Amino acid sequence: MTAVSLGGPPRLADPGPPPRRLLRRLLRPVVLFVINLLLLSALVFFGAEVLPGNIGRLLLGRTADPRSVDVLNHELGTDRPIVVRYLSFLDGLLHGDLGTSLALRQPNSDLLGAALLNSVKLAALAFVIVVPLALLGGVVAALRRDTWVDRTIIGIGVALTVLPEFVTGLILILVLSLGLKLFPVTATPPPGSGALTQLYYLVLPALPLVIVLFGYLAKLARAGTITALDSDYHRTAVLKGLPGRVIVTRHVLRNALLPTVSVLGTQAGYLIGGLVVVEILFNYRGIGSLIFMAAQSKDIPLLEVGVLTVGVAYMLLSALSDVVAGLLDPRVRSR
Amino acid sequence: MTPDVTRAVRVGPRPIGLVVGAVILAIWVICAIGGEHLVQDPYVGDSFATLAPPSAQHWLGTDRLGRDVFARVVVGARSILLVAPAATLIGTVIGTALGLVAGYAAGIVDDIISRLIAVVLSVPVVIVALLALVALGPSNFTVIGVIGFIFSAPIARTVRAAVRVERDKDYVEAARLRREPGVLILVSEILPNVLGPVLTEATVRLGYAVFFIATLSFLGFGIQPPSPDWGLAIYENYTLIRASAWPVIVPAVAIASLVVSVHLVAEGLVRRSER
Repeated sequence: MTAVSLGGPPRLADPGPPPRRLLRRLLRPVVLFVINLLLLSALVFFGAEVLPGNIGRLLLGRTADPRSVDVLNHELGTDRPIVVRYLSFLDGLLHGDLGTSLALRQPNSDLLGAALLNSVKLAALAFVIVVPLALLGGVVAALRRDTWVDRTIIGIGVALTVLPEFVTGLILILVLSLGLKLFPVTATPPPGSGALTQLYYLVLPALPLVIVLFGYLAKLARAGTITALDSDYHRTAVLKGLPGRVIVTRHVLRNALLPTVSVLGTQAGYLIGGLVVVEILFNYRGIGSLIFMAAQSKDIPLLEVGVLTVGVAYMLLSALSDVVAGLLDPRVRSR
Repeated sequence: MTPDVTRAVRVGPRPIGLVVGAVILAIWVICAIGGEHLVQDPYVGDSFATLAPPSAQHWLGTDRLGRDVFARVVVGARSILLVAPAATLIGTVIGTALGLVAGYAAGIVDDIISRLIAVVLSVPVVIVALLALVALGPSNFTVIGVIGFIFSAPIARTVRAAVRVERDKDYVEAARLRREPGVLILVSEILPNVLGPVLTEATVRLGYAVFFIATLSFLGFGIQPPSPDWGLAIYENYTLIRASAWPVIVPAVAIASLVVSVHLVAEGLVRRSER
């Protein structure tokens, strides 16, 4: 994301002394990040507020008295011009004021904080399950390339990836929870439960997320492993007579990891999309179900900051995965 | 084995996915077209037989309003098979136009379009769609528009990359020297040469369109009642899953089979075009 070329002819002139170049390299991602944030806030704000035209009318319904609509719009400040409202929205954000939820009459920041923490728990559990599983699957598929093992792992993985989370979630509920009674139907444990009980309640909700991510990550790990297996350094290691296990762990795995890690950030974005569905299906109070609740009650202020939070989280995660990829690969670091 | 035989063996099993996918897809298309003429009325419920198990009269049981689940799943193929391709078509047209302009114009125009694409792609589809559908009000038309708009971003990105490769080739240079107007160069010179990636991207997007529209319907923000749409049917019945799983599991399996068949067909077509 940081390496986006801005077009124009390639610059042939000397880009200046090293310190300035370094400064520019450090600043560029930051500037782009800020621009992206501004655009995102504009997109979210105008998307939510220009289109309906009249927030008061939207909230009170078609049959409401026009006078009460006017009064409500005045109270909410939504009778002011749109640009003024956008600027005051931005001003609030910069001062850490995320506004107040219309439906719940609570500060949005309190609601978002609690929800975000819950969602992070669920997403982290899904990642902890899926990453080792997908790496293992991908590496095994690559080592048994073009055999039935390979085809089974990748075939099933891809078939599961394309299924919507609510479909896999429902089937899991029916089989594991209502049928075999292995897991509870809800993600929220009785109040006062310990950490382990909480974890146990989260396993079933995490599984649809695991299923949707597994195929893609396993495919990447497989591709990375195959590239590593076909490389000259792998041939050298084999010819040197290194034992197979050493070759795989020391030479192959590191290179198989790289492409996988660099997409984890973008996958985290898709994961948040899946969270909406999973949290609703399993009745879990996270950012996804909060955004959904805001959408259902037409709570525009909460909806806006909720969507914005998700966008910021996604941007931060993809920046973070760039950094981690750099730590793993010296070639990326020096680029 | 002779090389010819090994080649045949290796190529042989590949189209199986395409054939299986096409058959499943064809069945659903027949259901969508035939609809009410093939089965009993999907809208009329028997209030004395709600959430009934499968019987001779109701092959797959009834839903919470006593409506026939089999009839609803057959007729329910129609809405998703209209809305998903329409959304994909809109996304492909807008995305191709944006990608052509961004890739060819470069400079500030490209910067602006590329930033906008990056921003749209930075929020999960379901969440942007929820935001827009709250503002616009959910209906078939708004779902088509919203998903089409969101899908134009990844399609524009693909087209832009393809155009940047073509832009500096000799035939474009020649057209420029002939003083063809920019629009003509884009449409009659570059577009035919990037059509391959465009169509590939569009077929893959169709699978995702089904995925997201079914999800939105499940959330109550997609296709609206009284449509027998599958996602909507699950939304209406899943709280009663303990009483009867049929009205939920049947549309869920239908969605799964449709999504997988679209992906099988898409992948089969992509492979054939690559060969």
